[in-house]
Amino acid sequence: MTHTSRLENCFAALKQQNRPALVSYLTAGDPDAETSRRLLHGLPKAGVDIIELGMPFSDPMADGPAIQKAALRALNNGQTQAKTLEMVRRFRTEDSTTPIVLMGYYNPIYCYGVERFLTDAAKAGVDGLIVVDLPPEHDEELCQPAAQHGIDFIRLATPTTDAKRLPKVLANASGFIYYVSVAGVTGGSAPTPERLEGAVAGLRKHTELPIAVGFGIRTAEQAAAIGRYSDAVVVGSALVDCIENANTPDEAVERVHGLVSELAESVRACREVSEEHQF
Amino acid sequence: MNQPVDVSKSLPDANGLFGSFGGRFVAETLMPLILELQDEYTTAKNDPEFQRQLAYFQGDYVGRPSPLYFAERLTEHFGGASIYLKREELNHTGAHKINNCIGQVLLAKQMGKKRIIAETGAGMHGVATATVAARFGLPCVIYMGATDIERQQPNVFRMKLLGAEVIPVTSGTGTLKDAMNEALRDWVTNVDDTFYIIGTVAGPHPYPAMVRDFQAVIGHETRAQMLEKKGRLPDSLVACIGGGSNALGLFHPFLDDLDVKMIGVEAGGKGVKSGLHAASLNGGTPGVLHGNRTYLLQNEDGQIIDAHSISAGLDYPGIGPEHAWLHEQGRVEYVSATDDEALEAFQICCQQEGIIPALETAHALAEVAKRAPNLPREHLMVVNLSGRGDKDMMSVAHHLGEKFGVKQL
Ligand SMILES: Cc1ncc(COP(=O)(O)O)c(C=O)c1O
Repeated sequence: MTHTSRLENCFAALKQQNRPALVSYLTAGDPDAETSRRLLHGLPKAGVDIIELGMPFSDPMADGPAIQKAALRALNNGQTQAKTLEMVRRFRTEDSTTPIVLMGYYNPIYCYGVERFLTDAAKAGVDGLIVVDLPPEHDEELCQPAAQHGIDFIRLATPTTDAKRLPKVLANASGFIYYVSVAGVTGGSAPTPERLEGAVAGLRKHTELPIAVGFGIRTAEQAAAIGRYSDAVVVGSALVDCIENANTPDEAVERVHGLVSELAESVRACREVSEEHQF
Repeated sequence: MNQPVDVSKSLPDANGLFGSFGGRFVAETLMPLILELQDEYTTAKNDPEFQRQLAYFQGDYVGRPSPLYFAERLTEHFGGASIYLKREELNHTGAHKINNCIGQVLLAKQMGKKRIIAETGAGMHGVATATVAARFGLPCVIYMGATDIERQQPNVFRMKLLGAEVIPVTSGTGTLKDAMNEALRDWVTNVDDTFYIIGTVAGPHPYPAMVRDFQAVIGHETRAQMLEKKGRLPDSLVACIGGGSNALGLFHPFLDDLDVKMIGVEAGGKGVKSGLHAASLNGGTPGVLHGNRTYLLQNEDGQIIDAHSISAGLDYPGIGPEHAWLHEQGRVEYVSATDDEALEAFQICCQQEGIIPALETAHALAEVAKRAPNLPREHLMVVNLSGRGDKDMMSVAHHLGEKFGVKQL
């Protein structure tokens, strides 16, 4: 047991290297349990710094078609909350440093039982939670209990989060802040670079926590551009699309890890490049 | 007239909770808007000018008050309780749904919103929304499950005639819950200019309370009308439940009158034991969906299970959070009626009263058929005749056509 969390260690190390974290999103159990396990286990080697693992839900209201379909593929192949936690536990037997953040909706956690879920998640080696439909108004449901279990509750800030609301959003946040680059669902339109940089700078004035940016980031170029000023870049739908478009499990693994490598390379170089190109 | 104690003043609490039910379980992107809506609604509720406009449109546009009609032949037919029908099917657009839509569109105007969206199941809420959007000159997008589009063709056409864009939703099972998911996705993408008119007493706070308040006109009128006709309050109230707006609209003004019994009728589909039903209270467990905590049809892992009902408007795996609370309080009794029972009651209503009810409404009538015969004539039973059945001709022909020598419409 260390005193600092895996997330803290990860961000501290990357700060030393002066580069942003690459955060990948995949849905647990997509397209099936075994392929999903292979996908997960290969992520760090392909260059992922922080893993977001989606807990599939039948009614993902904040997700676009790509992640909706991923959830259905996983559920149709028998994925459950227990299996998702078991995936993390197995992953931890091989990798004790890469942070894992579970992402999803409240109902599957609520039905599993909040205390039981947090106990099992902490035991499995989960570092943080992102629960889309739990705004700070409901912090007593999961955010505060999670802290008791040493699990970070990662808060989303969005283009609609104004100065009046921001303190409330940040109050019980931990781990990092996830800035949702566009008002909308996952897999939607790409953010406008200028507005985004300003928004991240604005957020920084109010929090010491690292700031990740996600939603609509698909390419190495986008990731590099955003990684110049954010502490982490999240890519989800683009990876999930690789699974959808693959004809075999092997091809899915190859495509996902291939795209991850590309993204990883570009975030590793993004701040050097930006200096060279400053006119 | 003596104003009843208004329970709406006490619940929900400031966080939108009815006991542990309700709340605001939405993405952060929507929170500022939901808080703004709550403020605007609170202001409107106490604004005489808003209330004056609402009353004007409810009167001259919707056609309120709707009659409380003594159904003499139905009463004779069942041979027991005196049955009164609250004729919401006579409202403009043929259902109670417009009571709420008028209220919400006035709020949308007040908030300066430029675009209206809604989900719909049976299409009655979609038609009512398209109607008020046309009346107020706002573009309108209606999300409707592909399955429902099939079984409610007349309403799809009506919405289009009224200038709305109807977007078929194929995700999930292509029914009401999926339409609601898609409407929420639209809303989160177009937060700045869009007003989401939710069609029932569900969704994040303030919707359950707001929709209830706009529908409570049903109960307030019923109360006054029954007092005028019989000099006393009714003994029981019966209404069908999809999300629960027509039921709560009728029940709410009577909640403090403990002698008034209330019965909500869920859609039992092929029977609650069959697993193919839409009875969230009778066959579900508490969970969180579409912005609120309530009873849901779900598996033990918290995945939502598809609802099944002959009636598209009841085909929803949840129920408004206030009903969940009233259920746990024991204030309202929640029962269910099967597809077959509803079809049977549907025909009885047609033949005894010359009123073709909506298939949703027929579920309430099915409960009347079970209950009324065992009650004395002095028992005053009010049924919310929530809508008319023209939209259901195709579905009914599918099930009963042969009996009438009709193959297909
Ligand atoms: C005529 C009619 N009654 C009832 C309902 C069910 O909705 P609620 O339970 O909100 O009244 C509908 C929904 O479409 C309807 O069209």
